[in-house]
Amino acid sequence: MKQTASIISTYSADIFGVCSALFELGGMIVMHDPSGCNSTYTTHDEPRWYDMDSMLYISGLTEIDAIMGNDAKLVHDVAETALEQQPAFIVLAGSPIPMMVGTDFPALAALIEQKTHIPSIGLPTNSMHSYVRGISLAFEALAKRLVNPIPTPSLEKHAKHASTRVNIIGLTPLDFSSNGSDASIRQWLTSEGFVINSTWAMGSGLEDIRHAGTADVNLVVTYGGLAAARMLQQRFQTPYVIGTPIGSMQKILGNALLQAAATGECISPCTASRSKNTNIPKITIIGESVCSISLAAAVTSATNTGVQVLCPLETEPKLLGPADHLAQDETDIIPYLQRAEIIIADPMYEPICPQNAHFVRLPHEGFSGRLYRKEIPDLIKDFTIFKDKEL
Amino acid sequence: MLKRINGRPAAGSACVKFKNAEFPEPFPTGLEYSSPARGTWNIVHTGMLVPDSHQIYVCAAGCLRGVVLTAAEMGEMRRFSTIAVRENNILQGDMETLLINGVTDILNRLPVHPRAVFIFTACMHHFMGCDLPPAYAELRKRFPHIAFADCYMDPIMRKSGLTADQSCRKQIYSFLQPQELEPHAINLIGNDLPTLETSELTQLVRQVDWTLRDITRCHTYSEYQSLAKASLNIYYNPAAKPAIKALEERLGQKSLYVPLSYNYEEIAAALQNLAHALGLPPPNYNTHIAQCEGALQKAKALIGTTPIALDYTLTFRPLSLARLLLAHGFNLISLYADTISPEEKHDFYFLQAHHPGLLLYSTKHPNMRLTERQHSEKLLALGQKAAYFTGTNFFVNLVETGGLYGFDGIIRLAGLMCDAFTTAKDTKTLIQMKGWGCTSCL
Repeated sequence: MKQTASIISTYSADIFGVCSALFELGGMIVMHDPSGCNSTYTTHDEPRWYDMDSMLYISGLTEIDAIMGNDAKLVHDVAETALEQQPAFIVLAGSPIPMMVGTDFPALAALIEQKTHIPSIGLPTNSMHSYVRGISLAFEALAKRLVNPIPTPSLEKHAKHASTRVNIIGLTPLDFSSNGSDASIRQWLTSEGFVINSTWAMGSGLEDIRHAGTADVNLVVTYGGLAAARMLQQRFQTPYVIGTPIGSMQKILGNALLQAAATGECISPCTASRSKNTNIPKITIIGESVCSISLAAAVTSATNTGVQVLCPLETEPKLLGPADHLAQDETDIIPYLQRAEIIIADPMYEPICPQNAHFVRLPHEGFSGRLYRKEIPDLIKDFTIFKDKEL
Repeated sequence: MLKRINGRPAAGSACVKFKNAEFPEPFPTGLEYSSPARGTWNIVHTGMLVPDSHQIYVCAAGCLRGVVLTAAEMGEMRRFSTIAVRENNILQGDMETLLINGVTDILNRLPVHPRAVFIFTACMHHFMGCDLPPAYAELRKRFPHIAFADCYMDPIMRKSGLTADQSCRKQIYSFLQPQELEPHAINLIGNDLPTLETSELTQLVRQVDWTLRDITRCHTYSEYQSLAKASLNIYYNPAAKPAIKALEERLGQKSLYVPLSYNYEEIAAALQNLAHALGLPPPNYNTHIAQCEGALQKAKALIGTTPIALDYTLTFRPLSLARLLLAHGFNLISLYADTISPEEKHDFYFLQAHHPGLLLYSTKHPNMRLTERQHSEKLLALGQKAAYFTGTNFFVNLVETGGLYGFDGIIRLAGLMCDAFTTAKDTKTLIQMKGWGCTSCL
């Protein structure tokens, strides 16, 4: 039956994706929730919680306030704390009960902004979607509200620059943990001669992100970054390239970034790079769409083996290859695993994998939280080590 | 805007002197912060105390996330399953069908059926007015050999009735089937951690050779069912009151509250009540009190005037412990607690009158996120939250009393304070572990 998980984990939720995306930017994020969301997110999904003082709170919604529609309390409490703590911006994110009682988050955000004169955003999360949607909503809102306008984007884009300027969009610990992968992406781009304009949102402050409109091209490293890239394209005509720089994808993405910057064309090269291999998939990868198709492309290139991707998270089917599948629930996934010889997935998938398949542990913080954090490899830097050891 | 001290904001309204604090809610309600100290048990940990049981949670993904990973970190995923509620279920109003079919699907896919199943529904079920009793009736019909218990992960109701913790603590005894009561059998009810054998409470029961049972020591479902044989239930965790009441009504087991305390007279009175129930003459604890005094003097000699901070996760009676420490000359400078329990009302007013300058800090006020968490001199913390908020590596790492009770508990706590004072701990690693005393895969 769909919606049941007899033994596997649950992906982090949209409300936590919002928190993870915005964690480092100096804003105040308020989860409109009774209790529990805060400790869940900060325990399992947020490796930066102990050492980085992000202003992330819950509203402590009560039964009586929900029933009586007492939104004034939320507005008061948020405004009061914001005026004391002076965040750079405020984001409200919802949980199931606010959705059920029809809480109008954009309207509440507007009220809070009136009271505090701090940019405020309401996001329609409800804890029933995956973290990918939350990241997407948060970054899209940043791109829409907080990136500074450029008076004449077309002139800015055609001005001579020594190097191509890139925004990296879609970086959170939920997909890349805190193992240095974000730094590896920056290092790779720099070594290829690109200039990092901003990193959404690990290792960049809000000031970098405010100037994201000046970039020549955006690199979308997870699906959570795509909506923001499209918003930046709409606002600044900045093209984007979709892919995570793993193994052979580094060269392909480097070329694609230059091509996109030169032509204004948006490029998603992962699927094309895999299409040359028509072997029956022997390897199955389960995970976030952009990371997984990029890893699939790298594995295919390195081993000449067919790879299928199972994506249990929100994405767009056109990003996936012909052998790939969307499969959200435990019972959706199990049939696709039956003929796999090698399965690359988070360890919490192992109990539903056939015993005769070779299981390659690739922990994913968005699925197993902090449980296997120490095992998560930096595939940007160490793909070859991973491939030689595991495949 | 918050006033800054040494570059970080002051605690502001997150801190109040006892003389200005109000009982039982010393702090204004508002946004809430959650510190990284995670040693206290949650409903998953507590539910796992029932041997051969399985937990099924029916909620939104965000609510499932914390509980599923609690079970995973315990290494107990084989005893844990989930049913994800999605928007279509809210819109279509098929929550009862989802529960019945989801539980059926999960049970049919388990390699072995458990003896007992906890089903945790959520805030959404309350708000939708779900008719859950017929759903449970259908499940009992489909699986007559399995016992089902309705449990709740409904924090939105935390101020409207039983908290999820109280409810779970009650339901872990709901599988007990009525049995003939044994006159010389006694249960210790409501704790997550076993009470030490060396405590006077345990020793009294051993003295009369009665059978003492505790869910924390049950390894099989059969042992668990033996809890139904006790004629008397004793408890010292205040959160166990609903469980005690339910057992009294359902199984006819009498109850006795033997309050945890750090006041010698109160401890002696509780133990004398227990002795009376056991048919013993009132015990004399002068020797024990002298031993406590010796242990506390030894600790004081070592710790001297070093500042001490204490938090509510260490014990059910932090204010009582504060009084004991202050009475023995320890330099207790701060106490971390968000509310004051009714059991501590008397202690609260005593501290207000006699130690008006003692600082009371909230642990979840938003200002606690940004305020200074370092102390300029060595500080001893009692409890994980106190250790976190003061930035010390010298702390007593216990939650929920850690099984310490009575005079023996005081003596052992004094010893732990000495150990903590002399040996630094890895605070960051230790306090982030969930469920102190549980198995952890981290």
